[in-house]
Amino acid sequence: MDQVFFFYFALVIAASSVLVVAMRNPIYSALSLLIMFFHVAGLYVTLHAEFLAAVQIIVYAGAILVLYLFVVMLLNLRQDDRYHRQWPVAAAIGSVLAIEAIVLTLLKGGTAAVVRTGQESEAAGLGNTEALGDVLYSTYLFPFEVASLILLVAMIGAIILAKKDLEGRQA
Amino acid sequence: MTELSLRLAVSVVQIAAVMGVVMLTVMILTLAERKVLGWMQDRMGPMEVGPYGILQPIADGLKLFFKEDIVPAGANKFMFSLAPILAMVPALIGFAVVPFGPSHKVELFGITIEPFVISDINIGILYILAFTSIGAYGIILGGWASNSKYSLLGGLRSAAQVISYELNVGLAIVGVLILAGSLSLVKITEAQAGGFWHWFVFALPAPQIFAFVVFVISAVAETNRVPFDLPEAESELVAGFFTEYSGMRFAFFFIAEYANMVLVSCVAAAMFLGGWNAPYPGTILAHVGLEQVAWIENLAWFTVKAYAFLFLFFWLRATLPRLRYDQLMKFGWKVMLPIALGNIVVTSIAVYLFPRG
Repeated sequence: MDQVFFFYFALVIAASSVLVVAMRNPIYSALSLLIMFFHVAGLYVTLHAEFLAAVQIIVYAGAILVLYLFVVMLLNLRQDDRYHRQWPVAAAIGSVLAIEAIVLTLLKGGTAAVVRTGQESEAAGLGNTEALGDVLYSTYLFPFEVASLILLVAMIGAIILAKKDLEGRQA
Repeated sequence: MTELSLRLAVSVVQIAAVMGVVMLTVMILTLAERKVLGWMQDRMGPMEVGPYGILQPIADGLKLFFKEDIVPAGANKFMFSLAPILAMVPALIGFAVVPFGPSHKVELFGITIEPFVISDINIGILYILAFTSIGAYGIILGGWASNSKYSLLGGLRSAAQVISYELNVGLAIVGVLILAGSLSLVKITEAQAGGFWHWFVFALPAPQIFAFVVFVISAVAETNRVPFDLPEAESELVAGFFTEYSGMRFAFFFIAEYANMVLVSCVAAAMFLGGWNAPYPGTILAHVGLEQVAWIENLAWFTVKAYAFLFLFFWLRATLPRLRYDQLMKFGWKVMLPIALGNIVVTSIAVYLFPRG
């Protein structure tokens, strides 16, 4: 049963990712991306990571992709060949990666060593969300704080860039 | 296999019941809104169809059903059809995790069922937030696919507005999550049992009164209601993102808006006002020895709370003029956001100093 779900999600993720770059209409690309985000969230659910699944949809589908759509509509992109000149290169790289994945899978004889962290933490009486928070604020506290700092810097940078433009127009 | 099919059957029955109640509420709301607005503006409201106008929603439904379905020239037909569905499904799907009544379990044919919540998942509130954020796609794509400048402007406004205010909704509920220690709406409601002073609006050590105000205002903005209905501002944009829509497709957008109102009312009741808990400890029916039917009282309290919110929506519509667009953005980012963030800090410190038992 798990296998069936995994292959369904994996297949749709792969197909919709290809569609994101292959579609001529940027709005259709964005919609393909939306489908992909949902299936990635579904993959998280099959791994018992419900919190990550919800956050995946809230952050990527709910906020970031809406911003993409916003930009696409404002710029009113013409439906021209955006990446289509790069098709041969993309096909070459893609096929190499696909062959590599197949070879690795065959050599390792399937991925038997599935990480079962979600179920372990549930066995320990902790929910998925609690386990994540616990790890994030103890083991990975330093990377977490660094990531926050980088995001803060990026935010300030964006504000400064936007403001500079504003002053220039007023002068 | 029989157990699985039995569970499936129970779930389907629950879903059908909840959808029926929500759709009925939406029907009542369309009439109630016009009646309440009428009374507030010293008019009668609809009076023609049926005694006192109470059959008006049915007449409206029939009218929309039989109207010609027009797809404007130059519209993207696929997107134009998809948008109303994308708006309506997320509005209805959120009800799956709302606890409408007490969470006792019932044994039926050997399986345990919880009669008043379709699915008690441990990330309930995040699930609702995730799907309400998807609802914005219907509006944005509907605006874009109509091939009309008014629709497009309405859709773009909506995109910016929903992103800005969704953030505030998310931050406003963090205080509640800290107090309850759970993301499940069932557990959050249970944590507020035992009288109105345990409701998270008033609960010690950190009353969430400011978070509640931020939540209500942001919820009104997220459902595109007056005074935040800029995506459909009549005086500027004809009807905003659904200018070009007619017939049942228009009805889908309409139902989505009202279903969203019902959903945020239920969430506000469950998170801040104790959900199905009565404002006094226990229930009167249980005190007089009728524990078997105490759930009726709980259900009634939940209904009262949800409808009080819905009335607030109408009240705001009758009272307040629409905000200007820059005012809306300034208000969201410079007033609501700092209050919500401050509330998180204060609540965290309060809960750290005075841990709840």
